[in-house]
Amino acid sequence: MGVTRLIDSTRIGNLRNHLSPPVVALLLAVLLFLSGGLINPNFLNFQQATNIVRLAAFLGIIAAGQTLVIISGGEGIDLSVGAVVTLGAILTFRLSGGDNNLIWLGLVMACGAGMLIGFINGLGIALLKIPPLVMTLGMTGVVQGTILVVTQGEMIGAAPSLMRELIAEPVVLGIPGVIFIWAAVGIVMWLLLQRTTYGKQLFAIGVNRTTARLSGVRVQAIVTVTYTLSGFLAGLGGFILLGFSQTVFLQLGDKYLFPSIAAVVVGGTVLAGGKGSYWGTMSGALVLTLIDSLLRAMQLQEAYQLIILGIILLMLISVYGRQRTLRQ
Amino acid sequence: MNMRKLQRIVTRNTFLVSLALMIIVVTINYTLQSNLFELRVLSNTMRTLLPLIILAVGQSIVIIGGGIDLSVGTMVSMLVALLVTLITPESTGAETALAILLACGVGMLAGALNGFAVAYLRLQPIVTTYASSFIFSGIALLLLPRPGGSIPRDLMRFYRSTPGGIPLSFYVIGVLILFWVVLRSTRYAQYLYATGSNSEAAYATGVSVQLVRFTTYVWSGLFTALAAIALALSTGSGQANIGDDMTLDSIVAVVLGGTALRGGQGGIVGAIIGVIILRVIRNIIFFADVPTWSQTLVNALIILAALAAPGLIGLARRAVRKWA
Repeated sequence: MGVTRLIDSTRIGNLRNHLSPPVVALLLAVLLFLSGGLINPNFLNFQQATNIVRLAAFLGIIAAGQTLVIISGGEGIDLSVGAVVTLGAILTFRLSGGDNNLIWLGLVMACGAGMLIGFINGLGIALLKIPPLVMTLGMTGVVQGTILVVTQGEMIGAAPSLMRELIAEPVVLGIPGVIFIWAAVGIVMWLLLQRTTYGKQLFAIGVNRTTARLSGVRVQAIVTVTYTLSGFLAGLGGFILLGFSQTVFLQLGDKYLFPSIAAVVVGGTVLAGGKGSYWGTMSGALVLTLIDSLLRAMQLQEAYQLIILGIILLMLISVYGRQRTLRQ
Repeated sequence: MNMRKLQRIVTRNTFLVSLALMIIVVTINYTLQSNLFELRVLSNTMRTLLPLIILAVGQSIVIIGGGIDLSVGTMVSMLVALLVTLITPESTGAETALAILLACGVGMLAGALNGFAVAYLRLQPIVTTYASSFIFSGIALLLLPRPGGSIPRDLMRFYRSTPGGIPLSFYVIGVLILFWVVLRSTRYAQYLYATGSNSEAAYATGVSVQLVRFTTYVWSGLFTALAAIALALSTGSGQANIGDDMTLDSIVAVVLGGTALRGGQGGIVGAIIGVIILRVIRNIIFFADVPTWSQTLVNALIILAALAAPGLIGLARRAVRKWA
């Protein structure tokens, strides 16, 4: 821990006062990418760069909903995104059955199912006052249980070939489609947060629910909409993930759950709510993916990869994930 | 006894609602599984539950103090890995005792790492303990790359023993509750609840909030070590991810036991009850012949209903008040 303290008290600590967390995260991403070249010269090329952005895109899209939920405050967190991602992918896999003409059905059902789950989460949290962590954790079990009941453990279906071509493979200028989708999600999220009444009210309830309610914000409605949106984005994430993974299994989405939270935090969104941006989350997703790719490129033992990942995460959080002091 | 008095008792002892729920589910379980209270069955059930019970006790102390510990699961994995590499059938009594002490020390040290980051570096508990969970997971894999280890038979037999006709786990639970009763009577407990319910007010009245927060994670580390010891004695061997899934169960158990995640309220008795409820629900589903593929869903729905119940009651009460 001495290292983090040192970093914090010296240069990056000062930088923190001048640069916003998203900028720091983006600079860090570039730095990490360049340092990847030191470890392995093959790391530094256009293909590797697009590959990393492509991997970050999945995490980024899934973390979009998490960003909204965390901004909404009230200990907001969505632990059901992993299960919803899996559900979205399985629905597309099953309903399209590999038929390119039925991709739309998969997309509609994946997003629709995600919205429904998010809506139930929202109702439980807003109306029944169940803590978000517990409600969404409970829903995870319900979603996994539903998948088991419907599939009986057998994954029938296939991934449409067109999805792979449109999502995972280069479409224009050697850039995979998922990166364009991510950019579109980024623009929509920016508009949503900065240019709509919903966005303003979301930040308002994140800062202080009582004052928001007294100034006419329908807090319960905004909370419900936010979890519904998170479910929608996770469902969309599952649909897109299938274009990349080509196959489905029960734990497909699990490994994106906590990284989606970490990406939000690394991007400077405060877990207490009321402050944050999606562009920070995008940088956060890039940083996390880069760290992962770098650790792989170093070809370390898995045990060391895990230990280093934990230490780096702790350092990242301590650079700008700090809460205010009690004295203030 | 009038209603108001009853209400006050319930709000002071949040585990009472959970206790009622536990009695209901245990009764249902007993009608389906008539040998539930036979010594052998009871001993077996409680033996497999004990690690999670101990873990949930540590988790509740952290949650009461206003934090959360997502690293307990991988910490259990790490400490089980440590125990099974140190304790072999050839180990002498002294060596075994030393290994157990070492595991407790390492657990408290790991907890201190979390506590230092959360309390003194002021990092957010969820992400901090999530990050540290990777470190523990890596160390577990380093210590025990392949599943293995063999705990001496005598130790495992001791863990299964039923001194005086009562399973050993009941003595352990008794000691845990005794520990809690003693702790609750200290000034430290007052500081703990004050820190969890309103850290700024606690700070203003002179409570060393940072120190209290730090210690909650050290407690959690110690209880995690005890849970790891119980798990190692229960399974006799280890693998590098043996405890990973216990984290979320420990949190659900604490909440089922009536402890609020926002902190400052609740206790360890609720957590113990919460673990038993979790397990008994699973038992009921098994003995009620629920089709295999539906078991996960039914289990999740019951748990969700149990978690939603207080909210539903509150909603109903508000609706009634509106009509009245």
